[in-house]
Amino acid sequence: MTRFGVVRFPGSCDEVDAVAAAERVGEAELLWHRDRDLHGVDAVIVPGGFSYGDYLRVGAIARFSPVMDAVAAFAREGGPVLGICNGFQVLCEAGLLPGALLPNDSLRFVCRQVEVEVVRADTAWTCATEVGQRLSIPVKHTSGRYFAPDDLPAEQVVLRYAPGENPNGSAGDIAGVCDPGGTVVGLMPHPEHAVDPLTGSVDGLALFESVAVGVAA
Amino acid sequence: MAGSGGRVRARVLVRPKAGILDPQGQAVERALPALGFAGVANVHVGRLIELDVEDPAQLEAMCETLLTNPLIEDYEIVIDGAGVAAR
Repeated sequence: MTRFGVVRFPGSCDEVDAVAAAERVGEAELLWHRDRDLHGVDAVIVPGGFSYGDYLRVGAIARFSPVMDAVAAFAREGGPVLGICNGFQVLCEAGLLPGALLPNDSLRFVCRQVEVEVVRADTAWTCATEVGQRLSIPVKHTSGRYFAPDDLPAEQVVLRYAPGENPNGSAGDIAGVCDPGGTVVGLMPHPEHAVDPLTGSVDGLALFESVAVGVAA
Repeated sequence: MAGSGGRVRARVLVRPKAGILDPQGQAVERALPALGFAGVANVHVGRLIELDVEDPAQLEAMCETLLTNPLIEDYEIVIDGAGVAAR
């Protein structure tokens, strides 16, 4: 059974939902930001929230916490890592993913269900989906405008907002990207909030199932 | 020029890199004419970081590793009584 580790920083707020989502497909436990090892988990989730108060820039301080050294080493060895929202921002600041997240073009907090399309169905976190599949997943953020570096390879785009769904002005409607190896993935939408019919969609479950399938294989 | 304890007062001016959409700057630029201030253009909103440092030579490394994200931001280092080092 896949063991997920979910990082908790001071200021995280979606780590409990991430644990609950991961527990639908495996086991999950919290990792504290001061932890220097990952307790032997099979996959790591860096969750949403406001790590270290979002001081300076979103994700800028969290990047230097002890647990991130362990996450970076885990990622270098090919371990699956998922960054959701603030977690995506942290992974970009840490250089584990390309690009950066800027304030929404509207300058407003957005909180709504969006449709995203799978661009790559062969990453560690999307292999249980199909290219072109639409997922209904909520976003809730103020700094979600993806800035793509000029040299971003097209094959590192994993998810795009469906036409007309881009909530923040992200370049190329990019909602999620991966590292060159396809094991580290970051996205602004919250798949952990879309795992139960009670909240309107179970489409987010596919991301957790993907890594469970990969670990079992 | 030297502050207390042999430290030097420095300011780091951070602004969005040219070409990156700056909605804060645009909002301010739109607001000024509405208040009767005409002839304003190229407004950008960034941030100011003030710090006392013993070794100003370390400022650039501080900017590159923590104080700014060079992918999306430009910065200038201003040292009290000295010149400006722009990047």
